[in-house]
Amino acid sequence: MTDAGRAGLHIAVAAALAVAAVLVLPGALELFALINATVWAAMALLALSLAFAWGAGGILCFGQTAFFGLGGYAYAVAGINFGDGALAVLPALTVATLAAAALGWVMFYGRVGDVYMGVITLTVTLILFKFANSTAGEQWRIGAAALGGFNGIPQTPPLNWPGDPANPLTPEQVFVVAVLCLFGCYAAVKLVLLTRFGRVAVAIKENELRAELLGYDVRAHRLGVFTIGGAMAGLAGVVFANCVFVSPSMFSLAYAGQVVIWVLVGGVGTYVGPMAACVALQALASWAGTVPGFDPNLLLGGVLLAAVLAVPRGLLPTAQDLLGRLRPSRRRPAEPKIAPAE
Amino acid sequence: MSAPLLATEGLTMRFGGVVAVDGVSVSVEEGELRCLIGPNGAGKSTFFRCLTGQYRPTSGRVLWRGRDVTGQDPFRLARLGIGIKTQVPALFDGLPVVEGVRLAARRLHGERESRRLADAALGRLGIAHLADRPAGLLAHGQRQLAELATVVAPRPDLVILDEPTAGMGTEETARTAGLIRELNRDHAVIVVEHDMQFIRAIARTVTVFHQGRVLMQDSADRVLSDPRVRDVYLGRAAA
Repeated sequence: MTDAGRAGLHIAVAAALAVAAVLVLPGALELFALINATVWAAMALLALSLAFAWGAGGILCFGQTAFFGLGGYAYAVAGINFGDGALAVLPALTVATLAAAALGWVMFYGRVGDVYMGVITLTVTLILFKFANSTAGEQWRIGAAALGGFNGIPQTPPLNWPGDPANPLTPEQVFVVAVLCLFGCYAAVKLVLLTRFGRVAVAIKENELRAELLGYDVRAHRLGVFTIGGAMAGLAGVVFANCVFVSPSMFSLAYAGQVVIWVLVGGVGTYVGPMAACVALQALASWAGTVPGFDPNLLLGGVLLAAVLAVPRGLLPTAQDLLGRLRPSRRRPAEPKIAPAE
Repeated sequence: MSAPLLATEGLTMRFGGVVAVDGVSVSVEEGELRCLIGPNGAGKSTFFRCLTGQYRPTSGRVLWRGRDVTGQDPFRLARLGIGIKTQVPALFDGLPVVEGVRLAARRLHGERESRRLADAALGRLGIAHLADRPAGLLAHGQRQLAELATVVAPRPDLVILDEPTAGMGTEETARTAGLIRELNRDHAVIVVEHDMQFIRAIARTVTVFHQGRVLMQDSADRVLSDPRVRDVYLGRAAA
């Protein structure tokens, strides 16, 4: 099968799953569970955004939550000022995208090494965390929106139909929006990888020097991948703001670390893997949270340790390998051609 | 007289107090096959990196067809039409060989033409049967050939090779020399090398580096029989 055919198949399967989720879950789940599912979809989108930056661009961004939080905060602030959630989406995405582009420009054009890139991005999200926490009090407001310090912005406006701010979306509709965003971004990632830009980005991840010696502008491509990832994280922040409300914890170390764990456990270089790991680990954590006297973080740490030790490449690549071994004849069409030469 | 394809004028590269390349002026004509040789530490690799944009020279100029391209980013130099093969083969290890070669061609050509050029390059180097293998799984010699295919696929005007026979035996070295002469039919070639066997097999104009300067430049025969070159390689250079 060609690359395009495979991507088309993946997108079709994802579309079927998205339609099924949209049709079945709002009727089947209690309201609380449905809002929870919406949060998970937002987080899965955040996981996808890092899976793209890391998997397609080889960029280990430890602070993907910076753009997640900025997207959320920008949405809340713009929404309160405009009195219209729909109008706030574009400013929110713009803020997250520009922030990613600016940070990426400094890192890539400053030729920062990979390890420092992790340190810098983590530091940025922690600075934003500290800053957001210290915005309590009347002097910290942007227009009509009080930033609220530690408490965040509880009056974060919900989305509404464009041009109709009097009619906010119901939780069921917000869930549908979340699933559509997640599916849309997944399809977009798959399509971007088919373009020349996407192929070059993957090649740069494989060997930066070779790509550069072939005449490809490595820094511009990495900046592009990083910015797209930041924009997706910002969209995740908007969705998140619609099911909870924005608060400094969106920037926190706990979230920043979790995103990395989801991608690691799911498998760097895959996209379904990190999303699935995100949902599974959140389900696990919320179940562990109901056990009295048990810290869910302990479980998360245990899962990370087990994954790194037992399946270092992540769950999805390992599962694909196992499947491949079960059907060797169909997975390795190139083998017979090579054999006579040796 | 038209400007040479590639020339350096007084190229100098200092690292702190060490002068690795010291006022080197070399020029290479269109279609030429030139060897740059010298013992370890003579400044060949530093010179190579200045040519390919990996280092920005301390002073002096690099001219491409008379145009000053000193200190440009590697990807811009590559776009001028310079194909570069590194000493340790740089390949896209996770991708099939043919995908990497196509990617090389795709920067200048459309999709269909890229596919054709990639197949042609693989065929020319005799590794068409390795097309679908992930580059990371190839043996050392195959990696060298795969990288050469990647470099020549976009049909650059100049190919620069850094120690292409590193890690090769006598027989492989001779075969590589033949291959490079074959490449020279379509491209100007600069080979940076220290293997004398290889220089003998190529037998073209040779520029000898010693302690960051050009010691001499002449035909392979004269260079190989020159007492100074022998001294540099065997006697005083080892001291």
